[in-house]
Amino acid sequence: MPELRYRDALREALREELIRDDRVFLMGEDIGAYGGSYAVTRGLLDEFGRDRVIDTPIAESGIVGAGIGAAMAGMRPMVELMTINFSFLALDQIVNSAAKLHYMSNGQINVPLVIRMASGGGSQLGATHSHSLEGLYAHFPGLRVVCPSTPADAKGLLKRAFRDENTTIFIEHTALYGMRGEVPDDPDYLIEFGKANVLREGTDVTIVGYSGSTWQAVRAADMLEEQEGISAEVIDLRCLRPLDIDTVIASVKKTNRAVVVEDDWQFGGFAGEISAQLMEQAFDWLDAPVARVCGKDVPLPYNRNLEFAALPSEEDVVEAVLAML
Amino acid sequence: MPTSQTVARPVEDGLTADQLHSFLHQMLFIRRFEEKCGEMYTRGKIRGFLHLYTGQEACAVGSFATLGEQDKIVTHYRDHGHAIARGVDPNRIMAELFGRVDGLSSGRGGSMHLYDTSKGFLGGYAIVAAHLPLAVGLGMAANMKKDNSLAFCVFGDGSVAEGEFHEALNLAALWKTPVIFFCENNLYGMGVPISESLSTEITTLAAAYNMPAVKIDGMDVLDVYRETQKAVEHCRSGQGPYFIEAMTYRYRGHSMADPELYRLKDEVEDARRRDCIARLRTHMQELGLIDDDSFAALQQRVDEEMDEVVAFADASPEPGLDTLFDHVVKESVRA
Repeated sequence: MPELRYRDALREALREELIRDDRVFLMGEDIGAYGGSYAVTRGLLDEFGRDRVIDTPIAESGIVGAGIGAAMAGMRPMVELMTINFSFLALDQIVNSAAKLHYMSNGQINVPLVIRMASGGGSQLGATHSHSLEGLYAHFPGLRVVCPSTPADAKGLLKRAFRDENTTIFIEHTALYGMRGEVPDDPDYLIEFGKANVLREGTDVTIVGYSGSTWQAVRAADMLEEQEGISAEVIDLRCLRPLDIDTVIASVKKTNRAVVVEDDWQFGGFAGEISAQLMEQAFDWLDAPVARVCGKDVPLPYNRNLEFAALPSEEDVVEAVLAML
Repeated sequence: MPTSQTVARPVEDGLTADQLHSFLHQMLFIRRFEEKCGEMYTRGKIRGFLHLYTGQEACAVGSFATLGEQDKIVTHYRDHGHAIARGVDPNRIMAELFGRVDGLSSGRGGSMHLYDTSKGFLGGYAIVAAHLPLAVGLGMAANMKKDNSLAFCVFGDGSVAEGEFHEALNLAALWKTPVIFFCENNLYGMGVPISESLSTEITTLAAAYNMPAVKIDGMDVLDVYRETQKAVEHCRSGQGPYFIEAMTYRYRGHSMADPELYRLKDEVEDARRRDCIARLRTHMQELGLIDDDSFAALQQRVDEEMDEVVAFADASPEPGLDTLFDHVVKESVRA
């Protein structure tokens, strides 16, 4: 199986979908000549031309709205918003139109649109360019929210997003673009939405992550095993909507403990949703309160040491696990 | 109504007598429909926000008469008149306002969110200016599919100060998308007069985005028809977007909750003297196409039609509570 970087796996998915379906087109800020801020779309303009790979003005609401309109008219557009930070400017289009039109029209209209954006802090980009807001989008019924943590998932989930009948908020992690991994070259390699991935099996505690935080969970599990002889099971959610809570519950029934890890702020965040669902559906199997390891409750500072102090680390995860055993 | 001999004879700008009769009928129908909605609101049959279109009927009727079946329409939340002018079943519109199962969306949409995709009527949008970018996308799809369709986007003067107005006009002109931006300028964004919300003329802004921008009399259905026809020809010939500002006036408040503290009754009376229905009626009388008796007969017919509309809506059942979760997402059928 070929080994690809996360960004190359994403590009392969885009390229295959452009070839497969002539309704697919891409638009976004600097996705053409520049090749994309994270080089995901590099080379696609040359291969597919300006009609299918469209550089847009910096007008997030306008281009997401245009994507919605094109999708309503039967196209399969993808809009790249560069980063999740800029998606705030398109939030009304995403929430009030993309997510609701199917329901408001009683099923007459649907919006098969893929909106890609990069998420994640840790690069000293300051408070307005370092958000992790997957949980915000997961709040809205009508959306698909997908956040891959491996090159293979990046490809399989992105291809799956193009085949969905609804709008997918596809969130990539900036720290993962260079990550290598084996990626199937099957042009119909699809990963079903709402299927969590058990990355590592264990018996003593369940650590739940998604996107970049999956790897903090994995590294914490390694440390727990090596240093403490503790066996941790690691689950990568892959999708926040639809959410595969069953896989998490099945794991907790085995381990009786759970820690949820995410870069996003803890207050009102997605880790709280997982925690609540475990309390509601697996209360009798829990031997300790579900722990949350999340970003600190501050805007992310620029200074390197301060920024790292504000983001969750594998040490924080280890500490949370030791506190509940 | 006219006989078959009068139908084909152009009486005005290529319009036949039959078309003029149709305009009059449609405008009167919308007027009565809206008045009936007001009545049903006070009787508690219609709830929520209700924005009536009375006064503005010529805009929808005159402009939509120039469109083809393949064209796509998006509009604002004052959308009943547009749906009717597009040929959407008025029974189902009223049933939607009643929140009933036979409504266009089985009661999920309501007054501000009417949809009928079978007519290319892609919705009323209630976040001001949010549908302007959607129209650009509909136009992009038209260009990509080469299906000779255009997007017709109706919005109010209140949209012009929103950022999405400017984003959409720029994108449409930049990409030469076939979009007719049709601004119904009724002089107020809710209660704020346009003089207090815009620093310049609307057509000046539109023209700055490098597209034809004309200001027309939106209280004259024939003027609306003539000017929109030019816009349609422009879009169909691949020249990109076209902007129309139709000067109009709403007789009722912004919504049923509006006490109308911001304008004088005289102003409303002045506007009523330019009423679109009265003007077309006078014009048709001059052409010998209608007299007092036939107009009275038309009014009688519309009143009867309205009774049927209300009866249909009232007879329709409430949607079942077991349908609450239907259509949140569309399940994928393809692998």
